[in-house]
Amino acid sequence: MAVPTYKTEQLKCWKKAKELRQDFYKRYANAHDNGGLRWAGGAWSFGAIPAGLGNDIFPITGEPYAAGIAFNKEFSLRCLEATEKKGYARDLCSYMRTYWGSIILDEYLYGGKFPKPDFMWQDHICCSHAKWYQVANELEGGGVPTYSIDVAVGPYQDVTDSRIDYIVNQMHEGIEWLEKVTGRRYNDDLLIEAVHNECRATSVWAEVCELNKGVPAPLDEKSMYSLYVLGTLEKHAKSVADFYEELRDEVKYRVENQIAATPHERCRLMSDTQPPWGFLNVFRYLENFGAVSIGSLYTFGLIGVWEDKPDGSWGPRTTPQQKGIKIETRDQALKILADWNLSKPEWQHFYSPHIKSDMMIRIAKEWKLDGIMLHYNRGCEGLSLGIAENRLALIEAGYPVMAFEGNMGDEREFDEAKTMGRIDSFMETLGMKEIK
Amino acid sequence: MISQFRDWEENRHVYAKNWKEKTGGKVIGYFCTYVPEEILYAADILPVRILGSHEPQDVTEPYIFGMFCPFCRDCLAQGLKGRYDYLDGVMISQSCLHIRQAYTSWVKHVPQSFSYYLPMPNNVQSKHAVPYLAAELKSFKSAVEKWIGKEITNDDLKRGIDIMNENRSLMHKLYSFKKKDSPPVSGEETMQVAISQQMVDKREHSPQLKKLVEELETGAFNTVNKGTRLMILGSEDDDIPFVRMVESVGGSVVIDDHCVGTRYFWNNVDVNGSDLLESIAKRYIERPACPSKDWIERSRIPHLLNLAKEFNAKGAIVIQQKFCDPHELDIPAITKTFNANDIKTLFLEFDVTVPLGQFKIRVEAFLEMLQEDDLF
Repeated sequence: MAVPTYKTEQLKCWKKAKELRQDFYKRYANAHDNGGLRWAGGAWSFGAIPAGLGNDIFPITGEPYAAGIAFNKEFSLRCLEATEKKGYARDLCSYMRTYWGSIILDEYLYGGKFPKPDFMWQDHICCSHAKWYQVANELEGGGVPTYSIDVAVGPYQDVTDSRIDYIVNQMHEGIEWLEKVTGRRYNDDLLIEAVHNECRATSVWAEVCELNKGVPAPLDEKSMYSLYVLGTLEKHAKSVADFYEELRDEVKYRVENQIAATPHERCRLMSDTQPPWGFLNVFRYLENFGAVSIGSLYTFGLIGVWEDKPDGSWGPRTTPQQKGIKIETRDQALKILADWNLSKPEWQHFYSPHIKSDMMIRIAKEWKLDGIMLHYNRGCEGLSLGIAENRLALIEAGYPVMAFEGNMGDEREFDEAKTMGRIDSFMETLGMKEIK
Repeated sequence: MISQFRDWEENRHVYAKNWKEKTGGKVIGYFCTYVPEEILYAADILPVRILGSHEPQDVTEPYIFGMFCPFCRDCLAQGLKGRYDYLDGVMISQSCLHIRQAYTSWVKHVPQSFSYYLPMPNNVQSKHAVPYLAAELKSFKSAVEKWIGKEITNDDLKRGIDIMNENRSLMHKLYSFKKKDSPPVSGEETMQVAISQQMVDKREHSPQLKKLVEELETGAFNTVNKGTRLMILGSEDDDIPFVRMVESVGGSVVIDDHCVGTRYFWNNVDVNGSDLLESIAKRYIERPACPSKDWIERSRIPHLLNLAKEFNAKGAIVIQQKFCDPHELDIPAITKTFNANDIKTLFLEFDVTVPLGQFKIRVEAFLEMLQEDDLF
């Protein structure tokens, strides 16, 4: 197969993404210096709601924090072992175990002691999510006010007013709870602004991912991880929404000018679920064959919010602002927030792997893929849910599939050499030879 | 007396097929005990809980990733092997992600004329859970009506509630005998009654159970169980050989907290409510929680401790289906509380089959430890 050569260059906004991330963790740690508050919760949390308490409310989201620890193998192992010593099973969510370990050791990845949150604000999306913070509170010695919203009302295609109301009622109650535990008066204008920002950020992120339909792909998945993460930190923040617009413009420029993520792209793949964070070299290894992972339902749809476009393609969901909707009340803001989040692609599979398979096949077609790498992720029961059914459906749809087992946050469950060996075999199956 | 329950439990599929033939009614398989059987009985449908067969199997590997619990895989295996080929439909009420996969794969690979996913709320501690579930029950009732082609009236619902309440109340009576110093009914026998309760028409099960209770009252039935009093708690557990082994080496299982056990029957529907669907919803929201729904407060711990004390358990065997996240998240807190209350615990991890020989040694050692406590 002929080896194409494309121009490549580093993203100009790369440095800014790193700064935003570093700033996020610093702001959380230093929140109390100027009278601000800290809250802890998951990346799925309705972060736009605590934003209504003021501009000095700083979150830490457990999953990306733990993923960050996974890069630091020595600290990661100490965190995992500290949790195991407390009696928690080794096969529980590795993000959760890592996060708890950081509390138990009282060490913050970014230096100093683990900054205790003033309250916990969580959503319950899988078996572990609300219980994650139930235990986190116990490990903190108890006494950290904790609130969790149940969002498990079924897939978006079956959403009803009653289902939305169940979530919105919990949100309303949550706002009263926030006022009570913080002693602050709630500001609906800040909530409305945060909801607008969240819709903008998550729609624009989908637009960025959509641009990866371009050949050559302007972004590879390894880089996308460092960009999408901002949405898992503070999807409701203006800084994140603004950054994604800047990124979108740059990626558009790359598509127009054929600036590729990988210089010799000739094989397009996607992955699935969180990667083994300590081993992202897997993606670099693919480049040796001219293969690029253009993303996944995970990178596209955990944060990105999508919709069917009139031409039948999949694209960013039209935001309330774009539709000319003016949010005027708290209730309206909360309803939009609930509806928006329930439509996330990387949520529907909690109800049926078959919905996810259809979305994956759609990505495979629209993003012009040659194969799929499925990470059977022992670290996350939520995103590995139904993955075996996804494999069968993709094969049935005619796509070559490579499955590999691992763990996003526990390197003891990832066999690097074996995975590279599998990639060699997979590439051979696809007719790809290493580019000398 | 117990032989009838044992026969039902061991020949569950024969029973269901005969029931269909006899009544001409529909049978629905369900995957979780949060399913509101009251509505199914109101519709004259036989609800049958889908359980595993405790045999090593190799048919689910292509459909469910091996990190999910053996119970959910064992359940799916039964469908793939055609053992529930008499079912007219399947349904699940939302609980853990593990069993959900058995349901979604079943729907895909073992097609049925009816399947239903009931999004039972997880935040059962929220005041919004009851009205939300009541609305969901209304939708479920409509779906069933559409399927069977007839309306489920209020009288039907009352009948369904009565059938369920009577059976649950009888189970309470049965368990009350286990509070005695020397319980006249063993843990194994109780488990046989409890398992058959989930697969036999309760209109047949209740009269038989009533007879058993009467015989226990008169003393006509008494298997005299003098072993060390134990509680058994944790994940789904219908492992009769395990309980038999525990009782063969000097234990006596006097109380449990399983979904094949007290969690299934502990509370009744209040029949005095004006809205029957809301009353049913309230019952399911307020029942002893599955750990997947036990947040933010830990309501299970005081409940478990009360059970242990009420039934005078000297020790507790904490079992967990391998990879069962919800229970894994509760076990350290339960163990800590029990130990602080002088109730020693033994933790055992269950699979489709359990290593009875190894477990026997551990249980014997546990019982010896508990018996030493009695000596000193």
